[in-house]
Amino acid sequence: MKRSRLPLPPQVAALAICLALGALATPAAAEEVAVSIDNFTFTPAEVTVTPGTTVTWINNDDIPHTVVDKKQAFRSKALDTEGKFSFTFTNAGDYSYFCSLHPHMVGKVIVKAGG
Amino acid sequence: MSRHERPSSETAPRPDADGIDRRGFLECMTWAGTGILWSMSGGVASGVGLGRALAAEPVKALTFLQISDSHVGFDKAANPDALGTLREAVARIRTLKEKPAFMIHTGDISHLSKDKEFDDADQIIKEAGIPVFYVPGEHDLLDDGQGKAYLDRYGKGAKGAGWYSYDHGGVHFIALVNVVNLKAGGLGNLGVEQLEWLENDVAGLPSSTPLVVFAHIPLWTVYPEWGWGTADGLEALSYLKRFGSVTVLNGHIHQVMQKVEGNVSFHTARSTAFPQPAPGTAPSPGPLKLPAGELKKNLGIATVNFVRGSEPLAIIDTPLEG
Ligand SMILES: [Cu+2]
Repeated sequence: MKRSRLPLPPQVAALAICLALGALATPAAAEEVAVSIDNFTFTPAEVTVTPGTTVTWINNDDIPHTVVDKKQAFRSKALDTEGKFSFTFTNAGDYSYFCSLHPHMVGKVIVKAGG
Repeated sequence: MSRHERPSSETAPRPDADGIDRRGFLECMTWAGTGILWSMSGGVASGVGLGRALAAEPVKALTFLQISDSHVGFDKAANPDALGTLREAVARIRTLKEKPAFMIHTGDISHLSKDKEFDDADQIIKEAGIPVFYVPGEHDLLDDGQGKAYLDRYGKGAKGAGWYSYDHGGVHFIALVNVVNLKAGGLGNLGVEQLEWLENDVAGLPSSTPLVVFAHIPLWTVYPEWGWGTADGLEALSYLKRFGSVTVLNGHIHQVMQKVEGNVSFHTARSTAFPQPAPGTAPSPGPLKLPAGELKKNLGIATVNFVRGSEPLAIIDTPLEG
């Protein structure tokens, strides 16, 4: 089951995941956002979330990837196919991250209050 | 599609008069099928088909092998049995008429750096019955110690993240590691410490010493959009400029590609596990799923010959099938 084979543009597919996870989340604090990894690309490449949000990366490629913050706030192990990694962002700020195996793969999480 | 393509013929590919031009070299990697022998003379590359090469086999040559990207543990659609195809590659090595002096493995021995993957790879590779010199690929540094497992197993006597050099048959071999501390948005990386070591390593050598440099990621920029290159590769090559014969052997891109620039010839080997697409021909460099029967034509090994006392160097790429 390869998500990258969906006829939807990746952004739409990712949005669908976000909505699905959002529906499962408890209404109060914990927000959940998903970033999918398809075809050596973080999708969406940039997400803006509120403090307390948990971001979960899911690898849909048949090659392992990692999720590593440039400033070392987080670092996943190698995620094999369908592997997941979650990190809860408590502090506001910009988090630029990349895949340490394929460093041309980059993404960003922007954490800011409100919205 | 390209003038370089030779799907089944034994005719020699004909590079432009001045060697392989920049426009053309990306097309060269689309070669599949029978092996091609390359000999370098005065910076001009010329190729002949494997059949002719074997007929004119030099008598006194140093022969060694390159295998790469065995990705033991990989079991996805592109090749559900990466261990099996490694076994086939080693079986092919055992049938070679002239036993190679040794083998180099240009990294990605394992897929996920698991002990079992390394164990399985070692078990099969040792059946080749010749010494093996390794460099790590990024897939070999995925243990919790970020490379400790690799160094414990393969890094004895090596410096830093696993680099070293040795001499064999008058040739100086340099094993480099360019898969550590990769920077966001960037390419392969050697780092200051290794560059300094390299500069010192070759400092005392006469310029007539043939050099063979091997590392996992190509030392020259193949396709930066997919990270196929080494950020400080040019700096490394600058220390090697004065040498008359430099051969750079890499893996990582799972396809044969070659280029000649001055006295330096670059070559990448096929994987023994799965092929990857030609640069820019797919949305990503992920494993290429080929129709049944095509896989083994795109996996293989490389044989490298040095004829002592003369300039030519020859690399023969041999697919597992076809
Ligand atoms: Cu990656």
